[in-house]
Amino acid sequence: MTPIGTPTTARPTRTTEPAPGGFNAERIREDFPVLKLKVNGKPLVYLDNAATAQKPRVVLDALRKFYETECANVHRGLHWMSEEATRDYEESREKVRQFLGAADVKEVIFVRGTTEAINLVAHSFGRPRVRAGDEILITAMEHHSNIVPWQILCEQSGAQLRVAPINDDGELLLDEFEKLLSPRTRLVAVSHVSNALGTVNPVAQIIEMAHRRKVPVLVDGAQAAPHLPVNVRELDCDFYAFSGHKLFGPTGIGVLYGKAQWLEEMPPYQAGGDMIRSVTFEKTTYNSLPYKFEAGTPHIAGVIGLGAAVDYLSRVGLARAAAYERELLEYATERLRRIPDARIIGTAREKAGVLSFVLEGIHPHDVGTILDQEGIAVRAGHHCAMPVMDRFQVPATARASFAFYNTPQEVDALIAGIEKVKEIFS
Amino acid sequence: MSEVRELYQELIIEHSKKPRNFGKLDGADHEATGFNPLCGDKVTVYVKLDGNVVREIRWEGSGCAISSASASLMTERSKSKSLTETDALFQIFHKLVTGGELEEAETAQLGKLAVFSGVKEFPVRVKCATLAWHTLRAALEGTKTVTTD
Repeated sequence: MTPIGTPTTARPTRTTEPAPGGFNAERIREDFPVLKLKVNGKPLVYLDNAATAQKPRVVLDALRKFYETECANVHRGLHWMSEEATRDYEESREKVRQFLGAADVKEVIFVRGTTEAINLVAHSFGRPRVRAGDEILITAMEHHSNIVPWQILCEQSGAQLRVAPINDDGELLLDEFEKLLSPRTRLVAVSHVSNALGTVNPVAQIIEMAHRRKVPVLVDGAQAAPHLPVNVRELDCDFYAFSGHKLFGPTGIGVLYGKAQWLEEMPPYQAGGDMIRSVTFEKTTYNSLPYKFEAGTPHIAGVIGLGAAVDYLSRVGLARAAAYERELLEYATERLRRIPDARIIGTAREKAGVLSFVLEGIHPHDVGTILDQEGIAVRAGHHCAMPVMDRFQVPATARASFAFYNTPQEVDALIAGIEKVKEIFS
Repeated sequence: MSEVRELYQELIIEHSKKPRNFGKLDGADHEATGFNPLCGDKVTVYVKLDGNVVREIRWEGSGCAISSASASLMTERSKSKSLTETDALFQIFHKLVTGGELEEAETAQLGKLAVFSGVKEFPVRVKCATLAWHTLRAALEGTKTVTTD
């Protein structure tokens, strides 16, 4: 067996077809060192981008530069390195502000990831406001991280969790959603793009419906931010959460965007250094935004790496990348449809990045193991969305998820791998 | 033979498609359900003992080919065996799928179970192969549910 990680320059052998929309994925691939790996003797075909995305060299360089030349704490030191680190840290915040189209950098809070962002809102926005008899409204396609924090909040407050249903294609039933918006609804929490189904939710419409009833909306953007241009002011969402590692940035860093009016009202989530202005044993005054929500030494390298990822994405052009990914997903969908016994889970009209499927009579884990032997990385399992699996009456699915560095040749490799799975089980 | 063919030997595929002793066992005196929370595999094992001997054994559940075939072959193999023999067999089977050194006498005892030898090259799939066995042990020990964690 060739050891995992053997570098190779080998490329899929088929000649490159004209890239859709003039987008040159082959050139993009050069920016990602890991894509040259061989796995199990085969060129890596990385189709697990919804779990985490690979990192371009510029992100790796930014991490290295921080640790090699300016490793210091931020917002504290008077010395040169601390000033450099603080400047780069805060520049990243400005980059993220632009990336999201937020009005002010004080609305950009650095957190560990989407999960922590949602927990922060449940804790600091939810707990002080939500009372017994109130309702939190989510949808049937949420990731566990956009279900469990609300369940806990409901348990603690005596509120009810309401769940808007989806249809057999995995699309939110907007009429049903609207009916569930009641005078008791305190918050709507909805994914922008479903990680298990790939459905793109009509979040602008959802937000408008909720706002007409003065209900604030949190958008879980973990799967959307890397694949669609997002503008929080145009959406008018109250909160938007995403993870750096799915956006080609480092793990352990993410962002909560919140409207300043809410963030100002909310009590801190965690307490400690950096989030205070003054402390005596009698009374503590909190720091201003965004620092009120960034207790302790933050993930400085992660923030700087995320800034580099955001820069990279703006150079690539997210709109162009999204158009390319859409064509790639359409191509993969069309090819998978032609395989007898393959059933696609998630057939919404508006989809991004995700192709979830099952093969009749073959468990997704067996599909995953056999594809892995072909160097093809997919996810097999419940995708942290067990209610979605229940809804479609499958124990699990295999999921191929795409990024703009994936190619039609890799889709061909996936299809060939699926044919091999079927052959082994024939 | 490639590693993946080594893992998915014909007998495994065949048992996964047509599992033996599948379905509830009425009047079972021992039963337990095993879960693999990582992948959602679920196996319930039913046993009727006659003194110290497994008189009847059946199973039901859902999971991947490895876990289904393992449950199927386990029920075939442990029928009419004493509790001591069943336990010894599990220990040998465990050694086989985790890549331990087997003595000749142990290999001889495996019989058809030797078909799981390919699992040792796939560490993440060891739990699939051993789920049914852990569940059988739990049933015999009187534990109702067991997980592979």
